[in-house]
Amino acid sequence: MSSSPSPPSTDRSLEFRRTWTRTREQLIKFVLLLCALLSILTTIGILYVLLTNAVYSPNSKATAFFQEVSIWDFVTDTKWTPQYAQDRHFGILPLLIGTLKITGIAALIGLPIGLAGAVYLSEYAAPRTRNMIKPTLEVLAGIPTVVYGYFALIFITPYILRPIFSDLLGFEVKIFNAASAGIVVGIMIIPMVSSLSEDVLRSVPRSLREAGYALGGTRFDVSTKIVVPAALSGIIASFLLAISRAVGETMAVTIAAGLYTSNSLNPFEPSQTMTAYIVNVSSGDTPVGSIEYKSLYAVAFTLFLATLAMNILSQWVLKRFREEYQ
Amino acid sequence: MSNNRGEFNSKINSRHRTSKLFELFCLSAVLLALVVLCVLLFSVISKAWGWVDVDFLTSHHSRKPEDAGIKAALWGSLWLILLTGLFSIPIGVGAALYLEEYSRKNRLTTFIQVNLSNLAGVPSIVYGILGLTVFARMFDMFPGEQQSVMTISLLITDLSIPLPFGPTLITGAMTLSLLILPVVIISSQESLRSVPPSLRHASLALGATEWQTIRSQVLPAALPGIATGVILSLSRAIGETAPLLMVGAASFITATPGGIDGMGDILTNPGSLLEVPFSKYTCMPMQIYNWVKFAKVEFQEYVTSAGIVVLLGVLLLMNATAVYIRMRFQNKIQW
Amino acid sequence: MNQPSQNSTKPESDSPGLKQSAPLEETANNDESTNASPKRSLVSGSNFDRSKPDNKNASTMIDVRDVNFYYGDVQALFNVNLTVPEKSVMALIGPSGCGKSTFLRTLNRMNDIIDGTRVEGTIKLENQNIYDPTIDVVALRSRVGMVFQKSTPFPKSIFDNIAFGPRLSGTTSKSKLTEIVERSLQQAALWDEVKDRLSDSAMALSGGQQQRLCIARTLATNPEVILMDEPASALDPASTARIEDLIFELRKQYTIVIVTHNMQQAARVSQYTAFFYQGRLIEVGPTKELFTNPTEKQTEDYITGRFG
Repeated sequence: MSSSPSPPSTDRSLEFRRTWTRTREQLIKFVLLLCALLSILTTIGILYVLLTNAVYSPNSKATAFFQEVSIWDFVTDTKWTPQYAQDRHFGILPLLIGTLKITGIAALIGLPIGLAGAVYLSEYAAPRTRNMIKPTLEVLAGIPTVVYGYFALIFITPYILRPIFSDLLGFEVKIFNAASAGIVVGIMIIPMVSSLSEDVLRSVPRSLREAGYALGGTRFDVSTKIVVPAALSGIIASFLLAISRAVGETMAVTIAAGLYTSNSLNPFEPSQTMTAYIVNVSSGDTPVGSIEYKSLYAVAFTLFLATLAMNILSQWVLKRFREEYQ
Repeated sequence: MSNNRGEFNSKINSRHRTSKLFELFCLSAVLLALVVLCVLLFSVISKAWGWVDVDFLTSHHSRKPEDAGIKAALWGSLWLILLTGLFSIPIGVGAALYLEEYSRKNRLTTFIQVNLSNLAGVPSIVYGILGLTVFARMFDMFPGEQQSVMTISLLITDLSIPLPFGPTLITGAMTLSLLILPVVIISSQESLRSVPPSLRHASLALGATEWQTIRSQVLPAALPGIATGVILSLSRAIGETAPLLMVGAASFITATPGGIDGMGDILTNPGSLLEVPFSKYTCMPMQIYNWVKFAKVEFQEYVTSAGIVVLLGVLLLMNATAVYIRMRFQNKIQW
Repeated sequence: MNQPSQNSTKPESDSPGLKQSAPLEETANNDESTNASPKRSLVSGSNFDRSKPDNKNASTMIDVRDVNFYYGDVQALFNVNLTVPEKSVMALIGPSGCGKSTFLRTLNRMNDIIDGTRVEGTIKLENQNIYDPTIDVVALRSRVGMVFQKSTPFPKSIFDNIAFGPRLSGTTSKSKLTEIVERSLQQAALWDEVKDRLSDSAMALSGGQQQRLCIARTLATNPEVILMDEPASALDPASTARIEDLIFELRKQYTIVIVTHNMQQAARVSQYTAFFYQGRLIEVGPTKELFTNPTEKQTEDYITGRFG
């Protein structure tokens, strides 16, 4: 309509007119806004589901977990035995120990290897080498976690752990154990640590490296004494994210570490993490509405808070790092 | 001063050695990761050798390991990804468009942005709990033993929607969509950001509206990047197990969603397509997890490995597509 | 130091000699482009050496021969020949992108860290070819220090910044380091301003102080040559003046090659000036002469502000 070759003068007015085009623009913008708001709705959904089932139920007919079990018991009790009919205990500690044990092993393996890989990629590797290595690391990152769990079960325990710790050093290595789960979770976070850390290492200004070389530094000197210290906060942020990922990891841990809840720190014994507990309760035939079923939400809430805290901390650290250099 | 210089030169060799050793150390870290990848693939493939064949792809689960196949899970996974894509792509790209193209930097958008990066870090199992409560059980709003069914009459057939959704494909797909949405949005935003502003300005200066500019200029330019990000997110979704386990993907099932085994079934009975989202289902990672738990060694070792090989095959296909798109278009458009 | 006076006497005695020798040199040199040969004769080392008798105690510190430089397939320097006498300041001037910074970075092999670069020709530092395969780049760079356009303090304390180089070369004793730090800071005229806060972060210093810190950091490694890549271009006039004073002082002990955009600065601080244009060294000579009586048309155009 407006494309007539010689529009009448009134058509050339710049006045605001309510046309279909304009309405459509507004409509599209509104729909897109709704899409963006869905992410906030998701957060609200998660919080609502966890809070109403774990902390306080708005429905008078139902009760939340902490309305039946006191938070004090949850935090201080050292036993977790929700499946028993009598002598039930709801102390989160054993599940926390299981989670920390596996996360600790994973961090011990994944963080140094990931960081060393990042230093290699950003400081040593020629662009061609880097372009070959990075996609391969992405493949490692893309392998489903259930496969890693299986790998721990059929390879890590029988061919790595048992020959070393059982045959050589005389420990008893159970078929389901925390160590194998920790190792595969560590492997899983390597690509994440190296890619995030490489990003922060590369964002250290080139001029700092040049200054280091100009003072007669070797690559080792420049990498370890200038680049890594300058990127330290960013590296810590990537570590935090990786640890948070390890804490939330579910399938590998469920498959490889077993279902046994214990307070033992022995890495060669089975141990149950928070995530594995959630899986086990929900995939079993636990009656809906029972206290055992509700405990799932309390554990999930704890897990959510723990990972959220680490993610927020990580973002805060990373933001400060970026402000320093940009 | 000259004395100092001599001292320096005597130390320089050991410094070079340190530097070289450090390089080797860092390189071996990278190599270790690659070796693990090779060992993992080798140990799985060697066990699956001889077990993955056409029969494996076209048979259902069976109690006899030799007869067991992955058919239901394969179809389940494919439908799951299709539906997940259907939900997450328009919403994800839409949200990215709003954040990058329309919104100004204000409190709301900053909050959305921070919220997105937090959501991306929420463990997948928490999404499982969300999906379980919201989609599968719908807050227990529909009491009673019996599932209510809402029937919508369409021209050729009736559409029956169970309420709550229960352990059906649509529950799984919606849960996975919520799970990958933050990643889809963030990667789409990055692609949109790489489109030079001059392109937008040029289009706007020619009198195009914002939406016309986006549709005709910005989206086509950002599409390869968006597609790559979406495919990578979907391939993450196809390997997800934990949330599906929560929302009740079936352990063992011997029917494909909607009873569709191939294109022929769709042509002869198009109404079955409508049943797909509300069918009970299983998917490949679920099937693998269940096989791992089997006591029989044949299942634990060989059938599981065969299942993993099929799953990795599908993943490889998706990743190769992503890489192809990236290579194909990256060379064409250069700013 | 009687350099300024030498400076003033040089133009008269040098320029005729340089010009006369041009035809002779042409035959001796290899066959570069023919129209470039008169210029090359001007810059060739042997000619330069003839200016030495005036400068009694100065021997050649850096001797650059037939240097070509490539970024991948793109040639950035064309057959550069140049000598830098010991304990003098040579300024490299020319429009942006003329190759002066690239040239400066060939002198301590800083370009090595950029992938795909290639150097032809020889650069001798006190008769040692620094591009010889046996040369250790790390040792070279500790003898040829460099100060960059943008100050590059490490995110560490002032003390640790200065002590960085000495620590690399194995000095660990605290008292020795303290001594080096104080000496370097004093040489860089920064000591009085920072002596009470050596453990503060170097990032907290002002721009001018940061740049002097970088100079002090370079001095701490005990170099013989200091390369400066537009060290004052990001600074205010007062800080610039301090840097220039500093260069003037440092000349007594060090050989300095400085890239500058600012011709007044070149005139103020240097004894010799080299003019680069499009990757070629067009003209080099004592600063005063080059500015008052350039032999090449391009030089004249540049210093009179007709381009660049």
